[in-house]
Amino acid sequence: MLILVCAICALGVLQIFSATRDTRFTEAWWKQAVWILAGFIALWIGTLIDYHTLLGQAYVFYGLSVVTLAGTFVIGMTAFGSRRWIGTPSYHIQVSEFVKLVIVLLVARYLSELKGDQLELRDLLKLAGLVGLPLIMVMIEPDLGTALTFVPILAVGVFLAGFRWQYAVAILIIVAVAAPAAYFVVLKDYQRSRVVSFLDPSQDPKGSGYQVIQSKIAVGAGALWGRGVTKGTQTQGRFLPVSQKDFIFSAFAEEHGFVGVIVALGLYFLLLMQIVQNAQTASDKAGMHICMGVAALLLFHVLVNVGMVVGRMPVTGIPLPLMSSGGSNIVAMFLMLGLVNNVRLRRFVN
Amino acid sequence: MKLHVDREGEQESANQLLRDDPKFAAQKIAFFQYVTVAVFLFLITGFWDLQIRNPEVYQERALENSVKSIPVLAPRGKILDRDGRVIVDNHSSFSLYLSRENLKMEHLRPIAEGLNLDYDSLVARVRRFQSRGAPQYEPIAIKEELTPGELAFVDSHKDANTFPELEVVHVQHRLYPHDGLAAHVIGYVGEVSEAELNDPEFARFHQGDVIGKDGIERQYNDILMGVDGQRRVEVDSFGNERHVLDDKEAVPGHNLQLTIDLDLQAVAELTLENRRGAVVALDPRTGEVLAMVSRPAFDPNLFAGRIRSKDWKVLLDNPDHPLLNRAIQAQQAPGSTFKPIMALAGLETGAIDDNFRISCGGGGTFYGRFFKCWGKHGGVGLHEGLVHSCDTFFYNVGNRLGIDRIAQYAEMVGYGHKTGIDLPHEAEGLVPSSKWKIRNFRERWYPSETISVAIGQGATTVTPLQMAAAIGGIAVGGMWFQPHLVSEGAHLMPARRAEVNLENIQKVISGMSGVVNEPGGTGVRAHLPGIEVCGKTGTAQLASNDLLKGTSYGLTHKDNAWFVGFAPRQNPEIVVATLFENGEHGQLAAPIVRDVLKAYFDKKARLAQPSPQIARVPTGLLQPPAPLQPAAPAPATSAAFNQ
Repeated sequence: MLILVCAICALGVLQIFSATRDTRFTEAWWKQAVWILAGFIALWIGTLIDYHTLLGQAYVFYGLSVVTLAGTFVIGMTAFGSRRWIGTPSYHIQVSEFVKLVIVLLVARYLSELKGDQLELRDLLKLAGLVGLPLIMVMIEPDLGTALTFVPILAVGVFLAGFRWQYAVAILIIVAVAAPAAYFVVLKDYQRSRVVSFLDPSQDPKGSGYQVIQSKIAVGAGALWGRGVTKGTQTQGRFLPVSQKDFIFSAFAEEHGFVGVIVALGLYFLLLMQIVQNAQTASDKAGMHICMGVAALLLFHVLVNVGMVVGRMPVTGIPLPLMSSGGSNIVAMFLMLGLVNNVRLRRFVN
Repeated sequence: MKLHVDREGEQESANQLLRDDPKFAAQKIAFFQYVTVAVFLFLITGFWDLQIRNPEVYQERALENSVKSIPVLAPRGKILDRDGRVIVDNHSSFSLYLSRENLKMEHLRPIAEGLNLDYDSLVARVRRFQSRGAPQYEPIAIKEELTPGELAFVDSHKDANTFPELEVVHVQHRLYPHDGLAAHVIGYVGEVSEAELNDPEFARFHQGDVIGKDGIERQYNDILMGVDGQRRVEVDSFGNERHVLDDKEAVPGHNLQLTIDLDLQAVAELTLENRRGAVVALDPRTGEVLAMVSRPAFDPNLFAGRIRSKDWKVLLDNPDHPLLNRAIQAQQAPGSTFKPIMALAGLETGAIDDNFRISCGGGGTFYGRFFKCWGKHGGVGLHEGLVHSCDTFFYNVGNRLGIDRIAQYAEMVGYGHKTGIDLPHEAEGLVPSSKWKIRNFRERWYPSETISVAIGQGATTVTPLQMAAAIGGIAVGGMWFQPHLVSEGAHLMPARRAEVNLENIQKVISGMSGVVNEPGGTGVRAHLPGIEVCGKTGTAQLASNDLLKGTSYGLTHKDNAWFVGFAPRQNPEIVVATLFENGEHGQLAAPIVRDVLKAYFDKKARLAQPSPQIARVPTGLLQPPAPLQPAAPAPATSAAFNQ
């Protein structure tokens, strides 16, 4: 697993280096390398402390998370029109990244404590409420993408715990009804335009549709073998928006082509399978839930981010784990991998 | 199951249960794996679609995004005078181009507003390029001489998100001497017009090319015009160049040296200041044009870019027709300047001889009609006839010659035909003959009509250049060289040599010397101390004076004054003809020629004893306006525009 992680991170650093060449982010690649080192320490810490101990404190972490999220509204700094960060412009953390981790722990703890084979409606609503609170808080920041990442953790957890199919139907109906309402009431204008431009990128070629169009051009131009490191005009010419962050895979696809894409996606796939395998071999239900929560989160990130790059998902602004530059995301991801490792190392305990 | 309880206690049983837990979800985990596979397949098909099925489409668009073709405009060659001094130079400026590869019509309105351009004419211009089917990479010039403010506007709007089609190109614009110095000789440049592109002569040009439109600029366009290059560059999304893909360098045009002498030209310009007319100075030994002036002049700098229709209208509506090059296009009756040719014709044909004398009592009656002389000259022979410009004498000469022999000699000196000077639109003038009359009027020539022709009136017209060439040819003994402005590499017609008796020529020249140097000569005002100037005045009526007297028409249509002179009498080096429109009398044109001749001989004397102090160019006359060097926009300004 560590080898896979290292390989993905290496691709990420290389791509950040290439994408930020000759820009004011030139130093981003070694910053990223430093963050990855920090990540490995986080991974080590995540491995060191028995996950049961962490699970024990899940509610404390949860409480802390909610308080901190509330704190970002008060003391958080604003960038790109949303309050997501705590700290100074040069050193800051994105709280919601770590909340993901807490949600994983919380769901694992809650579901592993259940007695029955199936979730009762009461349990379901309770859990949904627990997850829903921070979700709504993050959504208000506003950071819809990150907020949505909480959903698959909950969904996969609930799915694994088992529940009556009627509930599933009911939830689907509620979502079907609530979605249009949410579209017009909850979503902000820019978020709505992102959905519109996802459905029809040519409608608004200079706005958010521009990002998708440019990304597709970049990916397509990469063709089979790619245009070579630092040779992609879309990436190098900065036609790609945030090519070291959200659209890093687009830059990667331009410069490394279909072959590179298969390799990178293959690495992610193997990593996911590793995590799932750890879930299968976990020594207890809680361990399984932790692994599957992380797997669900990772899969969701890959699906939404990479899907966005090829124009098959709306632009949500969530990073590609392990490749995109960004400290909070890297450290949080490594912490989660640490948890998975934690579960793996303790599979023969007892 | 409480996980945080002490695990030492109920370890055994609890562990048993815990170990079973994952197995319980094994099927569901397998399902998750299938979902994962599905997600990855879904993503890979996305890449397959873009990268394998039709990558060309996207590669094309990536190119469109990032590659810009920027014209590299070749500067035109400079135009130099005979001493190598610059008459026409270039100056650096910035022009705005629209790159057509990523041009969007809906951008034109904001661009037009941002740069104070007329939207409709901008659209029309773009459409014209499109309809011409000019290649995509050929951009459209939409504004010249950008100001720093306009540069800042472009700089802050040329990114991929706004108007990526904007391109600032460094160009070398024509810089002409001001005050219209030699304007008619030089001509001007301009963008090739729609009508011209349909003309085979201009077929080799492309829409948007700047070509010579008139004068030397047009005549020698192919020498002066360079070959434009092109640079293909990769740009980033802000429109900044990242690197050059290929660079086809522009080949600058060649410099062109004229036979014009700037010193002489400047003096000639000054002599005609605020007058209408023309001055032509030739070297009769070679045909080289030393000076050529037409006044009023225009400012060719108005044409250096694309002339504004307002300026153009002013020039066209001016009743003095400043665009007309009078030196080669004004066709006027030569008046008495025709008399030396009459004299030569008379002597050569034997119509008169040295002993031929008449008595001038103020005119003579021919074919029942009285023809007036401008004075009463008494007994007049050939010499006196020329010196005093006696009309009565030449009425008789003409009568003896007959129209066709007059025409023969007029054509011998070059009248009625283009001189072949290397300028466009030369007029050929007119030499009437009996054939001409029948051809044009279906009527025979009446001998009475010959009488006016004999003194340079009637249908005869000549241009100032023709006159200089004609008299210059007589001055050098009957050899006419093709007048020209460029010697180097010119394909000149061989000089025409006429079989004339040199003694007869000497008699004519002696008369012309008398005009200037003898008391009572009509051209004494052209006298120069120390140099024997020969010449002839001419006062050409525009219409019969009797009819016009007292009418307002008579005021605006005063007689044209001519003077043609050469010097020195032995081995002439320079011949100058001047037309002073509405100058009333040839005597008034004489000083113009004298000043030009004086400038010529003064300069010659200076060069004979070189002294740096005097040999300097009269810079005041030739000082070009300080070249505009548009400064790059300050970053602060462009930042301000961004907001």
